[in-house]
Amino acid sequence: MTSSPIPWVPPKAGRWPWFGAFAILFLIAGQVLGIAGSAPDRDMGDLEKIIYVHVPAAWVMSVTFAVVMYFSLKYLWRRDERDDLAAAAAAEVGTLLNGLTLALGMIFAKPTWGVWWAWDARLTSTLVLFLIFIGYISLRGFVDDTERRAQWSAAVGILGAVNVGIVYMSVRWWRTLHQMQSSPATVDPSYVLPLRVNAFAFLFLMIYFVRRRYEALCLDRAAEHAAEAAALGGA
Amino acid sequence: MALSHDWRRVRAIAWKDLTTERRSKAGFNGVVALGVTILLLFGFAMGPDTQAIRDAAAGALWLAALFSAVLAFNRSYQVELEGGALDALLLYPGARWTIFAGKLLANLAFVGLMLVIVVLVGIVLFQVTVPPSWPLLVGVLALGATGICTLGTFYASMASRSRAREVLLPLLLFPMLVPALLASMQATKALLGGDLMHEADAWIKLLGAYDIIFLVATHLAFEHVIEA
Repeated sequence: MTSSPIPWVPPKAGRWPWFGAFAILFLIAGQVLGIAGSAPDRDMGDLEKIIYVHVPAAWVMSVTFAVVMYFSLKYLWRRDERDDLAAAAAAEVGTLLNGLTLALGMIFAKPTWGVWWAWDARLTSTLVLFLIFIGYISLRGFVDDTERRAQWSAAVGILGAVNVGIVYMSVRWWRTLHQMQSSPATVDPSYVLPLRVNAFAFLFLMIYFVRRRYEALCLDRAAEHAAEAAALGGA
Repeated sequence: MALSHDWRRVRAIAWKDLTTERRSKAGFNGVVALGVTILLLFGFAMGPDTQAIRDAAAGALWLAALFSAVLAFNRSYQVELEGGALDALLLYPGARWTIFAGKLLANLAFVGLMLVIVVLVGIVLFQVTVPPSWPLLVGVLALGATGICTLGTFYASMASRSRAREVLLPLLLFPMLVPALLASMQATKALLGGDLMHEADAWIKLLGAYDIIFLVATHLAFEHVIEA
């Protein structure tokens, strides 16, 4: 819509690649700690190791969707295009983590529950959440006008986040099988430290991914603005 | 004072939409025919065992209603867009939420009437015995239709103005409707079976809460969505 040059400077990569390298090293350290440092589970044996990726992915997924909600509300409040791009970047990374949580959960479920899929509250609501955000990303792809895209996806993101709790409750009433949430009090002490380290590793990776996607989306927008300005015969 | 003005706007928009539908009739007839066709196909999927068909009746009814209702939602904006009427509608003074409320009311009337026909056909096709608690069942139908129409009308306001609207509306809408559909199906199933476990009550409450939350949320968000 606007042909004026963007009123902001696209963010630079700066030291973020170093942060990314740090996050990956942190993850490797966390995995080594988990695989070598914790005792095999009494019932599951070494299968237990998958919780060091499955559980952090699920935790950080929730954090990422909270970030989407935050930037969506901030966009509707201040109408700064960059907040919309930040929400979009977080939504993409959140959906990735969501898919990862589902896939790892299924790999975990097959040997422990004997099935790839169970119609349990947390599995089912995680899948519904995944589909809601697939819809969010598709919506962004199907709308060309940037202001329209920003306002619509903010609305879809916020309503989707509001719905998560209701979906969870409805499916839980319908049927439940998943084990209760683990807390440091319910798991063996040797699991707590690797879980925490890996949770932070995933958190750092998430921040890194969101930041780099945000930079890329900003550059895309800047290029679009420049192309529009050139097409309209601007300098 | 202001509220009575808003209410008159809501009524005017609902009346306008319903008049358009009544004069063409093709839309309504098509949607009802589709609903009945879907029921028939569900019969093929479940049957011919009478008991299996009867057990699946609640789910089949709601899915048939959902698939046909989806067609109504995009229509309600498409007729505006074809004549460029939406821009004119937005130029009128007054709160924007009244446009949404008016369209929602019209869609509710449309889907409600369609639901009555589909349910009656379903009762016959699936050999359902109508329980003595049927007034409660009507209440469930009303609450379920409200949930479907609220989010359907809201998401259609976006999907109808995008590329690929046929794909986008169900893609956005169906996952969001999971709690409403689940509660409607379970409550209907429980009531049809005589509600021996007294579970219908909890589902009806969930459905009511869902309706209230999204009625409020969509009315608040509509302003942002329609102006863009």
